[in-house]
Amino acid sequence: MSALIEQPIEKSERSDQPPIVNDFTINVATVNGSGSQTANATIIRALFKMGIPVTGKNIFPSNISGLPTWYTIRVNKDGYTARRDSTEILVAFNSQTADADLESLKEGAVCIHPQDVVLKDKANRPDVIFYTLPVKQFVKEANVDVKLRDYIANMAYVGVIMELLGIEPEQVKAALQTHFKGKAKPVEINYNMVNKAAEYVRNNLPKQDPYKVERMNATTGKFMIDGNSAGALGAIFGGVSFVSWYPITPSTSLVDALNDYLPELRPEDENGKATYAVVQAEDELAAAGMVIGAGWVGARSMTATSGPGISLMTEFTGLGYFAEIPGVIWDIMRMGPSTGLPTRVSQGDVLKTYYLGHGDTKNICLLPSNMKECFEFGWRAFDLAERLQTPVFVLSDLDLGMNLWMTDPFDYPAEPMDRGKVLTAAQLKELQGKWGRYEDVDGDGIAYRTLPGNQHPAAAYFARGTGHNPQAGYSERPDDWENNLARLAQKHDTARTLVPKPAVDERAGAKVGIISYGSADPAVVEARDQLREAGIETSYLRLKALPLDETTREFIGKYDHVYVVEINFDAQMRSLLQLHTPEYATRLIAANKCDGLPLTAQFIADKVKQGEGKA
Amino acid sequence: MTTELKAGNEKLNRLGLDKLDYKGRPSTLCSGCGHDSITSQIINVCWELGVDPQHLIKMSGIGCSSKSPAYFMNRAHGFNTLHGRMPSVTTGAMMANRELKAIGVSGDGDTGSIGLGQFKHLLRRNVPMVYIIENNGVYGLTKGQFSATADVGQKLKYAGTNELTPIDLCLEAVSSDCGFVARSFAGDAKQVRELLKAALSYNGTAVLDIISPCVTFNNHEDSTKSYPYGKAHEERIHDISFIESREEIQVDYDPGTTQIVQLHDGPIIQLRKLDEDYDPTDRGAAMQLLEEAHAKQEFITGLLYINQTRQTLSEIHNLPRTALADLPSEKLRPSKEVFDKLIGDLLA
Ligand SMILES: Cc1ncc(C[n+]2csc(CCOP(=O)(O)OP(=O)(O)O)c2C)c(N)n1
Ligand code: SF4
Ligand SMILES: [Mg+2]
Repeated sequence: MSALIEQPIEKSERSDQPPIVNDFTINVATVNGSGSQTANATIIRALFKMGIPVTGKNIFPSNISGLPTWYTIRVNKDGYTARRDSTEILVAFNSQTADADLESLKEGAVCIHPQDVVLKDKANRPDVIFYTLPVKQFVKEANVDVKLRDYIANMAYVGVIMELLGIEPEQVKAALQTHFKGKAKPVEINYNMVNKAAEYVRNNLPKQDPYKVERMNATTGKFMIDGNSAGALGAIFGGVSFVSWYPITPSTSLVDALNDYLPELRPEDENGKATYAVVQAEDELAAAGMVIGAGWVGARSMTATSGPGISLMTEFTGLGYFAEIPGVIWDIMRMGPSTGLPTRVSQGDVLKTYYLGHGDTKNICLLPSNMKECFEFGWRAFDLAERLQTPVFVLSDLDLGMNLWMTDPFDYPAEPMDRGKVLTAAQLKELQGKWGRYEDVDGDGIAYRTLPGNQHPAAAYFARGTGHNPQAGYSERPDDWENNLARLAQKHDTARTLVPKPAVDERAGAKVGIISYGSADPAVVEARDQLREAGIETSYLRLKALPLDETTREFIGKYDHVYVVEINFDAQMRSLLQLHTPEYATRLIAANKCDGLPLTAQFIADKVKQGEGKA
Repeated sequence: MTTELKAGNEKLNRLGLDKLDYKGRPSTLCSGCGHDSITSQIINVCWELGVDPQHLIKMSGIGCSSKSPAYFMNRAHGFNTLHGRMPSVTTGAMMANRELKAIGVSGDGDTGSIGLGQFKHLLRRNVPMVYIIENNGVYGLTKGQFSATADVGQKLKYAGTNELTPIDLCLEAVSSDCGFVARSFAGDAKQVRELLKAALSYNGTAVLDIISPCVTFNNHEDSTKSYPYGKAHEERIHDISFIESREEIQVDYDPGTTQIVQLHDGPIIQLRKLDEDYDPTDRGAAMQLLEEAHAKQEFITGLLYINQTRQTLSEIHNLPRTALADLPSEKLRPSKEVFDKLIGDLLA
C-alpha cells in the first residue's frame, strides 16, 4: 500500500457524525500465540476501570501458535454482555484473515491495521475508516529482545484504541500493572509501545470515526474474573481436600486456579502439613477413580474436565451413582462430537451427563450462568454430593470458564458445610451396631454411610457395583434389585427439592416463555429487551440445575409457546423438558444454535419473532 | 481397639481378636480355586500380626480374584471397584486417609490387561498398599479366555493356543521401581504368609504376584499356571521369614548365607540363601533374574526386589496424619476474613 492511500480521505464529511459513546464492539484479529491476550486484557481492564460495562470473548483456534484468533470486546453502556455478530472496530493484525475480516465489516466501520497487513479490497471499501500504522517501525524503535517483539507489536493497537476512543492512559497503565503483577520493567516496555502508537495517531491520523468512550459509574463494586477461577475459588470455600485431574481445554485453567489459590487460601496447618492434595492423573478414568476413592473415605473430592474426559468417566459415574459415593465433577463443555471444536463453546453434554453411566442412571447437574454461580456452585456441589451421596456435575462451558466476565462480589457461603448422613463410631454404639448401608431410614431415599477408619466393629460395609440388599450384602434377588432402584429414584426426587431453584422472571401479559441456562443467559436477557421493543413480552425461566422441578412445570404450563434457548445441535434441554412435562411437549420450541460461538441476542430475538409470526 | 487382651487366651491376638473376627463371607468361588487359599493366608496373617480391621480397607477390581475381599475380614471396609481400576480408587482412598492400610486383590486380567496403565501409574506414585495379583493365566470370571500373563504355547479349551508373549507383572513392577516385588505360589502357603507379612509392613506399594491356579479353566498338567506344574517346578530363590521385631533375632546368623532386611517401622525380613547368591536390593539383578527365568522357563519365587528409599505419594504431598476426611470445617473452609481479603484484592 502506498503511503498516499493510507492518508485519511473524506475526513470532514465523517466527523460530522454524532459520536457513538460506550456502545460498540471491537474485534481484534491476531495470530494465535502472538501474545495478544495481554493487549486485549489491558483494553478490557482499562475500560472496566473507567466504569464502563465491558466483556471479552476469545474465539481461538486449537493450536499453540500460527492459526488465526479473534478477540471480541463489547463495550455497552446498558450492561449487555452477550456476543454480537457485527463489529464496529476491527483490529486487523493478522494478514491471513485480514481480507475476510474486512469483508465482513458492516458499513462505516473502522479498520486499524499495520502497514504490512495488506488489504486487497481496501480500495473497494470507501465506507470503512482505515487507520494504518507503521508497527514494524515502532517495534524496531522500541529496541527490545527478539522474543518480546510480537508481544510488543500488539501493544500498538492498544495505543491506537486508547487514543481514538479516549481511554484514560492512567487506566491503561494501571491495567498493565495488574497484568504484570506490578513488575516495573514489563509495564514500562509495554506502556512505551502504547504511548508511541498513541502519539503517532495524535500526530498523523486525525480521528474520523464516531466511536468514543466516556467515564461511567457502572462497574463500581464489581470485578472481572473468569468462570474457571470463580469455580476454583468456590471449591476452595467449599472445603475441597482432594483434586485429581487430567489436562484438557477448556477445564485446565480451573485446576490451574486451584493450584494458584490453594497455597494462599489454605495454608499449611500448625504442623506444617498440607490440608489438600492435587494429583495429576494418567487419564480421566483414573481421575474419576481417585475422586470416587477419596469420596468413599470421606474427603471432599473433585475433578475438572471436558466432554472427552466425561466420556472416560462414564463407568465410574455409574459406580458412584450405584454404590452411592460423593464426588464433584466439573465439565467445562466444549464442542463435540469427538474432539470436535475443542476451543469453542457448547452446551452439548447436557443429556449425556445427566444420564452418564450404563443402565438406569440419573445424575445431578448444576448449571451456573454467571461468575457468582460458578463460585456458589463450586462450594454447594460438595454439600449436595455429600448430602445425596452421589457424583454431582457442574456443567460450565468454555465461554463462562475461559472468558472475562464482570461480576458483583461473591457471597461467603451462608450455610455451614453439609457433610451428609455419616454415622460416627459413637452413633453406631448408640444404635448397638445395627444399621444398613442402603437402608432408607428417613424416607428420603438417602441411607446412612460410614467412613473407612471408623473404629466401631460394625462400621464396615462392602461397597460394590454389583446388586446389593439394604445391608450392602451381595444380592441377585429381583425384589432387592427393584427396591434399590426405586430407592435411588426416590433419592433423585429428593434431589429435585435440594438443588438450586430456577430463576424466574415473569411479566404480566406475556404469552411467550423462554427457558435457558448457562452461558446462553446474557443473550436471552438482551433479546428479551429487543423483543419487548418489538411488542413481544416474554417471561423467562433460567434453569440452575437438573433434575428439573415443579417450578419449571408450572412455568411451562402458563405459556402458549416456550422457547428453549441453548447451544447444542440436538436441542438437548428441550428433550429433557419434554420428558419432564410430556403434557406440554408441543409447547416447547427449540431455539438452539450450534456453530461454536456464544449466542447472540439477535439470533434469539429473530427466532422468537419468527415463531410468533412477527419476523 | 477397645477390646482388652485376655491374658493367656491363645485364640486372641494382640488386639484381643479371635481369628473368626478376620473371617469374611463364605466364598462363592469354585472349590479348590487358588484364590481361596490366598484368602486363607490373608486371614491367618492379619490375625497373627494383629492388623486392625477397622483401619484396613480391602480393595479389588473385577474378576473371580477380585471377589476375594468379600471373603475375608468382614470388619474391614471393602470396595469391589471396576475392572482394572482398583489402583485409582485406592489412590484416592489412601490420599484421603493415610492412616489406613490397604490390601488389594486383583487378577492377571484385571492388572495385566485392562488395568495395566493404572497398575504402572500406581507404582510410579508409590501408593502404600499390598497389591496381590492372583495370577492364573486366564480370565476365570468370563470363562476361560487367555490373559496377558499366559505363556507362549499354553493351551486352553476355550481359547486354543496362545501365541503372544506374556507380560511379566513382576518385571513391570521392578521396571517401575516398585519397592517391594515378590512372586509366589498359592500352593506354597508358608512363603505366601511370610511375604504377606513383610508386604504389610512395607511403606509403599508392595506387589505380590501369586500364581493361583484356576481349577476350572487352567489347571491341566501342562499349564504353567497349574497346581501340578507349580508343585513340580517352583524354585525358591531364598527361604523367607518375617520377624516382627529385632529382639527376636538374637540367634546368630551367618551373613554369608543369610540376608537381613530391616523394614521401616521395625520388623525384619530374613532371607536364607539357597543355591544362588541373590541380592534383592539390586534392581538390575532383579531384572536379570526375571529375564533369565523367562528364557529358561523357570518358575522362581521369593522376594525379588526391595527398595525402601522412595517416598510415598502422601509423603510427597506432605499430607497430615489426620485423614483429610477428618479435618474439621475450620480447616477446610477459609474464614470470612480470608474471604473478605480475597474479594478486596479482586476489587482492587
Ligand atoms: C469394563 C469391563 N469389561 C469387561 C468386563 C468383564 N470381565 C469381568 S472379569 C474379567 C476378567 C477377569 O480376569 P482376571 O482378572 O484374570 O480374574 P480371574 O477371574 O481370572 O480371577 C472380565 C473381562 C468387566 N467386568 N468390565
Ligand atoms: S473359574 Fe477359576 S478363577 Fe474363577 S473361581 Fe473358578 S477356579 Fe477360581
Ligand atoms: Mg485370571
